[in-house]
Amino acid sequence: MPESPPSGRERLRNALLRPGRPQVVVAVLLAIVGFAAMTEVRANQQDDTFQGLRDQELIDVLNGLAGASQRAQAEITRLENTRAELLSSTSAREAALEQARAEGQTLQILAGTVPVTGPGIRITIEEVDGPVDVDSILDTVQELRTAGAEAMQFNGEVRVVAQTSFEDGVGGIEVDGRLLEPPYVIDVIGEPATLSGGLVFAQGPIDQLEGDGASVDVVQLESLDIETIRPGPNPRFAEPAPTQ
Amino acid sequence: MIAALGLLVGILLGIFLQPDVPVGLEPYLPIAVVAALDAVFGGLRAYLDGIFDDKVFVISFFSNVVIAAAIVYLGDKLGVGGQLSTGVIVVLGIRIFSNVAAIRRHLFHA
Repeated sequence: MPESPPSGRERLRNALLRPGRPQVVVAVLLAIVGFAAMTEVRANQQDDTFQGLRDQELIDVLNGLAGASQRAQAEITRLENTRAELLSSTSAREAALEQARAEGQTLQILAGTVPVTGPGIRITIEEVDGPVDVDSILDTVQELRTAGAEAMQFNGEVRVVAQTSFEDGVGGIEVDGRLLEPPYVIDVIGEPATLSGGLVFAQGPIDQLEGDGASVDVVQLESLDIETIRPGPNPRFAEPAPTQ
Repeated sequence: MIAALGLLVGILLGIFLQPDVPVGLEPYLPIAVVAALDAVFGGLRAYLDGIFDDKVFVISFFSNVVIAAAIVYLGDKLGVGGQLSTGVIVVLGIRIFSNVAAIRRHLFHA
C-alpha cells in the first residue's frame, strides 16, 4: 500500500499501462455493450416497418393516421367548396359582363357611334317644283322614329341621333350644321313594312313633302348598311352616379 | 487498455456482423443498453475512487440489465410499457449524469 492513495488520473494511467485480470472481464462486458449498442443503432436506422412496436404504440400510430386522413378529407371538402364558390362567382360575373356588353351595344347604336346593318327602307326625296320645307323633313324623321326606326342617316353623310338638329340652309337643309343638297336620301333601319306604313297616311309626311313640291320614293330593302357614325361625346362634367 | 480495446472490438463486431435484433427482444434492447452504460460509468467512477472490484462490476452490470428489462417487460404485461421504459430511461440518465460528473471531478479536478 502506498502511503497516500493515488489520484484518479494516476489510477487511469496505471490501468492503461498495466492491465490486469479484472480488465479482461471489463473488456468482455464493454464488448457486449458496444455490440448491443451498434446492433440497436442499426436496427433503428433500418427500422421503418412497425415490427416490434407495442400494441398501444400501433394503436397510436393508427389513430394518428386516421386523424391525418380525416383532416385531409376535411381540407379536400373545404377546397372543393371554395372551388365551387369561385366557379359560380365567375359565371355570375360573366353573365353580368355579357349583359353589360349587350346594353353597351344598344346604347352605341342609339348614340350612333358604331356602323350598323339590317333591314330597312330607303327614302329618296327629289325636289321637283320647289324647295322642301325643313319642317316636313323633321316630321318625316319623327314619324320614322315613332314607327320604330333604330338608325337613320342622311345622304350617306350624317347619322341622325337624338340630338340631331335640322335647319334651313342655302340651297338645301343643314343637318347637324352640315349642308345637304337635294336629292335627299334617308336610309332607315327598322321593320321595313312598319316604317313605310308610317309615312303613307293622310296628311302624313309623304303628303306634306309632295305638297312642298317634291317626289318621294320609298324602297323596302332586305339589308342596308349605315356606315356613318357620329363621334361620341366626351362628357366633361357628368359622370355615372356611384349607385349601380 | 484492454477495456478500451474490448469496447472497440464490440463496436466493430456490431458494425460488420450486422445482426438482426430478435423481434421478441426489440423493446428491451435499448433499455438494456442504457442500463449497461449506467453500470459502465458506475464502474469507471468506482475505479477512479479506488474501490473498483471486478466481481461487483460484473454483478451490477448484469443485474442492471436484467432489472431494466424486467421492469419494461412487467410494464408491457401491465399495459404501461411505454411509460415505464420512459421512466427507466430517465432514472438511468440521471445516474449516468451524476456518475460522469464524479468522473469529471476526478480527472479534471473540476
